[in-house]
Amino acid sequence: MSLDYTNDREFHEQLIEEVLSHYPEKAAKRRRKHLNIAGDGTSDCGVKSNIKSMPGVMTVRGCAYAGSKGVVWGPVKDMVHISHGPVGCGQYSWAQRRNYYTGTTGIDTFGTMQFTSDYQERDIVFGGDKKLREIIDEIEMLFPLAKGISVQSECPVGLIGDDIEAVSKEKSAEIGKPIVPVRCEGFRGVSQSLGHHIANDTIRDWVFSREDEHGAFESTPYDVVVIGDYNIGGDAWSSRRLLEEMGLRVIAQWTGDSTLAELERAPKAKLNLIHCYRSMNYISRHMEEKYGTPWTEFNFFGPSRIALSLRHIASFFDDTIKEGAERVIEKYTPMANAVVERFKPRLEGKKVMLYVGGLRPRHMINAFEDLGMQIVGAGYEFAHKDDYQRTASHVKDGTLIYDDATAFELEKFIEAIRPDLVGSGIKEKYPIQKMGVPFRQVHSWDYSGPYHGYDGFAIFARDMDLAINNPVWGMLKAPWAA
Amino acid sequence: MPQSAEKVKDHVDLFKEPEYQEMLRAKRQQFECGHADQTVKESDDWTRTWEYREKNLARKSLTINPAKACQPLGAVFCAAGFDGALSFVHGSQGCVAYYRSHLSRHFKEPCSAVSSSMTEDAAVFGGLNNMIDGLANAYALYQPKMLAVSTTCMAEVIGDDLHAFIAQAKDKGSVPADFDVPFAHTPAFHGSHVNGYDNMLNGILSHFWEGERQPGDHINIIPGFDGFCVGNIRELRRMLGLMGVDCTIVPDQSDVYDTPGDGEFRMYDGGTTREETMAALNAKATVSMQEYCTKKTLALAKEKGHETAAFHYPVGVGGTDDFLMAISELTGKAIPDALKLERGRLVDAMTDSMSIIHGKTFAVFGDPDFCTGISRFLMELGAEPKHVLATNGTKPWAKQMGKMLEANPYGQGCQVWPGKDLWHLRSLLVTEPVDFMIGSSYGKYLERDTGTPLIRLAFPIFDRHHHHRFPLWGYEGGLRVLVTILDKILDRLDEATGEAGVTDISFDLTR
Repeated sequence: MSLDYTNDREFHEQLIEEVLSHYPEKAAKRRRKHLNIAGDGTSDCGVKSNIKSMPGVMTVRGCAYAGSKGVVWGPVKDMVHISHGPVGCGQYSWAQRRNYYTGTTGIDTFGTMQFTSDYQERDIVFGGDKKLREIIDEIEMLFPLAKGISVQSECPVGLIGDDIEAVSKEKSAEIGKPIVPVRCEGFRGVSQSLGHHIANDTIRDWVFSREDEHGAFESTPYDVVVIGDYNIGGDAWSSRRLLEEMGLRVIAQWTGDSTLAELERAPKAKLNLIHCYRSMNYISRHMEEKYGTPWTEFNFFGPSRIALSLRHIASFFDDTIKEGAERVIEKYTPMANAVVERFKPRLEGKKVMLYVGGLRPRHMINAFEDLGMQIVGAGYEFAHKDDYQRTASHVKDGTLIYDDATAFELEKFIEAIRPDLVGSGIKEKYPIQKMGVPFRQVHSWDYSGPYHGYDGFAIFARDMDLAINNPVWGMLKAPWAA
Repeated sequence: MPQSAEKVKDHVDLFKEPEYQEMLRAKRQQFECGHADQTVKESDDWTRTWEYREKNLARKSLTINPAKACQPLGAVFCAAGFDGALSFVHGSQGCVAYYRSHLSRHFKEPCSAVSSSMTEDAAVFGGLNNMIDGLANAYALYQPKMLAVSTTCMAEVIGDDLHAFIAQAKDKGSVPADFDVPFAHTPAFHGSHVNGYDNMLNGILSHFWEGERQPGDHINIIPGFDGFCVGNIRELRRMLGLMGVDCTIVPDQSDVYDTPGDGEFRMYDGGTTREETMAALNAKATVSMQEYCTKKTLALAKEKGHETAAFHYPVGVGGTDDFLMAISELTGKAIPDALKLERGRLVDAMTDSMSIIHGKTFAVFGDPDFCTGISRFLMELGAEPKHVLATNGTKPWAKQMGKMLEANPYGQGCQVWPGKDLWHLRSLLVTEPVDFMIGSSYGKYLERDTGTPLIRLAFPIFDRHHHHRFPLWGYEGGLRVLVTILDKILDRLDEATGEAGVTDISFDLTR
């Protein structure tokens, strides 16, 4: 049940022109290709994407290391992930993604710790391979229950010619545990996105290549893997519940709250369920080619999409599962309806702008619309053409589209559109709130969550309400001011 | 069903529900292939032994949970304190996203900086074109009064020459020839954020201090890298205002990291102006509030003919006394009665509360100057620092710390740990426990693992809000530090005596 509305095309066209007029000519020409209005008949929202950011414009993007260590590898909880290089990268990304896990941190799980080789000048000059060997020995000595190690390269590693692959192979044979060298130096590629891809490839090359040492594993016809859910605020858990309740067996979560064993056994699944297509389609395609495991995308944001997704997932299985899906929908729909009934009157007609990574702008649209809210602008930090193709059918005619938006563009757009809510990241949060526009972080769920599944939808609705309807927004102007 | 529309449960309560607990238990049992509970417990117990501590302290190459960041973070923080200045960090773009996030998470404020967005081609050919285009774009879009250039480790490793690049960019018309583009090389693989602060400040002052010095009477004060800059710098201004001291605070982030909520986003606000920065060359003296943040900058000031003085994050009575007397001495201005009164009020508060804090043992971690300043105040309160740890502390700092501790009866038996990290501190806290710990939010993992209550007074503080808007410096700041420590001690005392019918014999109404 999609809401019926359109956005103001002409106004948005003028806005784009106004914004571009501030850029130097060469930069304006390049930025123009990343800004457009939806509904122009193009299949990909009419924007160029996955292209280098321009220097000096204040891109919001991060780097390949952030995509690998921060997103894909970091949540694998029973391995130690070394931020290999100087101290900063690991420090700034330390425990900031909120990918929840269970375990005893520092003993059998390591998710909220920061392991770094803290490169010094001598490591740059003489190379860091010797240090890496010693680091692996020290990890093995102090954290004997760790199941493996990954080496997350920071910029200098690739520039000084360290051979982390050789060290990894040698030490892996010595300690009898996988050591995964990841070439995710921050200067590679144009954004986090290449880091996702590189991380996916290392799972293929350094995890799948290993023998299964975990003993017998009995498959069932209902085995699935949840891929591309990083368990932000517990998202993968509120998703897993629904899948289990409909009769499926989730044999692995990639990579939120995951273990090495879950990575290794994933190829035994009957179906791979992908939530974040952008960050993990690569390995899903590989599993399809190599192991014949089909994959499909799903969307657990908001009751409309959840129901659609449950039925879609069930369509890959027999009647037991199909009935299970109906049972789950029937069980949770009254609660979801009650959530809508409570919050929709407070949120109906509110306009939302989204600017996030590579998935959520399109995935969250229906969740907002379930609450009667309207998406007036949407854009991605690091999406590719296929993401914009997947977005085109979700955004209404006239919606403002911005790819790799700069801080300048976001400020100008928001200032002119004055939406009722902006969903973006920590760097955007405070400037936008100062402008008097309600804001939610939609990377970290603003320290809330989960937002996935029916249980998550209730929290999502509550949070959007509190963000928009808090009394503080009425106090920005002093009453005596003219 | 655990969830409902009426009483929405989020992650705090939702996952405690039996449905989720059972699901997570089954996941662990069937799919995670983890270690047996007993094995985990044995390993955990082992990490709390002296044997583990010795292995841990013997680490040579691996750093775990360090309490330091890299140089460019300090450079970006430093530049933010100049009027209309925008940081331009030359190198990979992800770094800048990280600095901005890191500072925003602490200050709960916008943090603006741009990157030259160097990628693989720049790694091969150098980042000159990135500098040329980047300066032009930043200048056009954000209309700064100054672009302060620092570097990520990528640009440092490939050896980009900032001086030459900026000159060439100006030749190409990226920015007007007379536009201020000071710069500093800030390699992440050397020192920490405190050195980045120093290098950037040194770069900016070198840029503005090229003329002939006309010695005057005013003084410069350099606050140093400080998560409490908002409260501290304002307190500094207030105290020096009471004294009638003519001073320039270089740099001053107190406004840019505390802009009002009134419907307007101010990318730039306050900060040391161009004129003030240039005139700072003529100062009589330059005073640093944090010696280890200003080694190079103080050397520059000295070379220019300034008298110099350096402090170590002065907190408490003696620290503030020393600071004010030094200012008085340098400027000839008397310390007014108003400040004497404030001093008396702080001392009075200390007499009221000494019995609560006397003899309590503490671990302190943070930047070197912070550790020194806080430890000194603890000893004034009759408390005993037992472990003082600075991941970015040097041997000379440790020696200086050691001297101060030795000379004080409350510093006896305190160990100083330069270059160690918070996983080291975990071993220290389980083998030689203390009553309380003072540090940053990173200490919360130590609090969880060792039961040592954490008092958050050091950068970064991510999980408590707004403390940095209040001062730690001056007598007023000392009062705030005292209250923060007391609250934690007294809350703990209530918890320890708070179980009805079991421990509540001394659940006293008046403490």
